[in-house]
Amino acid sequence: MGHVIRVRDLSFRAGDFEVRDVSLDVARGEYFVLLGPNGSGKTLLVSCLCGLIRARAGRIEIGGRDVTRAEPRLRRIGYVPQDYGLFPHLDVARNVTFALRAAGVRRAAALAAVAPLVETLGLGRLLDHRPDTLSGGERQKVALARALALRPSLLLLDEPVSALDGPTRAEVLEQLRRVQREFAVTTIHVCHSIDEAAAVADRAGVMIAGRLVQTGRLEDLIERPADAGVARLLQVERRGAGG
Amino acid sequence: MPAVAGRRVHWVSVLSIAFLVVFVAAVLALVVADLGYVQPGVMLDVLGSPEVRHAIFLSLVTSGVTLGLVVCFAIPVGYALSRYRFPGSVLVDAIVDLPIVLPPVVIGVSLLVFFRTAVGQWIESVPWLGFVYTPKGIVLCQFFVSASYGIRAAKASFNAVDRRLEHLALTLGCTHGRAFCTVALPMARSGLAAGAVMAWARAVGVFGPLMVFAGAVRMKTEVMPTTVYLELSVGRIEPALAVAMLMLAIAMVALTLIHWLGQTDRWWGT
Repeated sequence: MGHVIRVRDLSFRAGDFEVRDVSLDVARGEYFVLLGPNGSGKTLLVSCLCGLIRARAGRIEIGGRDVTRAEPRLRRIGYVPQDYGLFPHLDVARNVTFALRAAGVRRAAALAAVAPLVETLGLGRLLDHRPDTLSGGERQKVALARALALRPSLLLLDEPVSALDGPTRAEVLEQLRRVQREFAVTTIHVCHSIDEAAAVADRAGVMIAGRLVQTGRLEDLIERPADAGVARLLQVERRGAGG
Repeated sequence: MPAVAGRRVHWVSVLSIAFLVVFVAAVLALVVADLGYVQPGVMLDVLGSPEVRHAIFLSLVTSGVTLGLVVCFAIPVGYALSRYRFPGSVLVDAIVDLPIVLPPVVIGVSLLVFFRTAVGQWIESVPWLGFVYTPKGIVLCQFFVSASYGIRAAKASFNAVDRRLEHLALTLGCTHGRAFCTVALPMARSGLAAGAVMAWARAVGVFGPLMVFAGAVRMKTEVMPTTVYLELSVGRIEPALAVAMLMLAIAMVALTLIHWLGQTDRWWGT
């Protein structure tokens, strides 16, 4: 199975925080969950993969192409930030077709192109709504549809359900997994909950203090943590999940 | 604001509303006094005179050109001040604000002095580019007085646009230019429009620098504020007030527009 994304020895700084020597492979169609405590650098790593933070050292390959120095728009990444980042001045239809319109697709053709996504995510009745009239779950779906509209090689989800309540969270996680399979898109999902990871992950990684410490199947991480930090994090998370 | 439970009237509300009423009444008293002084017949006579009509025409043309120039400068300058930090940016910010705090007549004097320097003399020598005592000089004065207001408004409008949304647009296939045009600019548009109206209203009212730099020559460099001064200087109070009333009406329309644009986002359909 080929790798959609290969990261080798990636290092960068954001203010005083440093992310060092991150190496990561995610296979085609895989759902990878990046776990870590708050402030461990997960969101910064995602931003760097998107091209929003410049790498100081290392290499990022997406689809076999070196994109370490490439502009964000040339990386073929779909990105859903933690707060969804919907454009408040555009209705749902214009948000979802934003990337296609930027690529020069005419409005009618763009709407036709996103129709399967709109159908799958149940956004049809919301197309003329403004983001500020949507619920959290609906915003999440719009952001997901917008990120997938250009059929990206890689989907990056930054804590996609952290702002949702319990029942909506479970529903959205199930939907994320379904959409990921239906559109066969390789996904990196950032979160700090083992329950959330267990609901969607094929494989997971643990990031602590700016370093990707361990990757593997979630069960392996729990059973055979690479160091005390990973063990502590996963045990704390498991205790938290257990109540 | 929703009503708070408890006593219906609080002394803070009473006091603040009382001061508001006093201030509004004071301003209205001035306007009513002016209106009472001017007979409707005189108003029509004044507005029908060729000099005043020329002054109104020149005011509208010069302030219109100034508005165009202010918009051209305010959008990029306001964006740069909002988005970029560089060595000396605080100083640059202060320089941009300088025309707001300077007495306007100082701007006129400074322009006059500048056009006596070698660079200024060279600009003046270029055919069709003379500024001193010409309508182009009026535009220059209006621009220097009003541009800072437009830039301030533009900076505040761009500050209110979450920069991360522009970054997100980059990941969705936009160039920096397209992200600016499709995200930052439309999201800032109401504030930019309000700033443009404010700058235009300020340009219409410029007087001090014009007297120094463009002069007050009837049918040549006379604009509405100059008319008020010229009429007053020969003791004709009614015509001066008639033009002042016209300027007041323009200011009211402009301010209403500013508040209307600033209140809510009026630019988008759903």
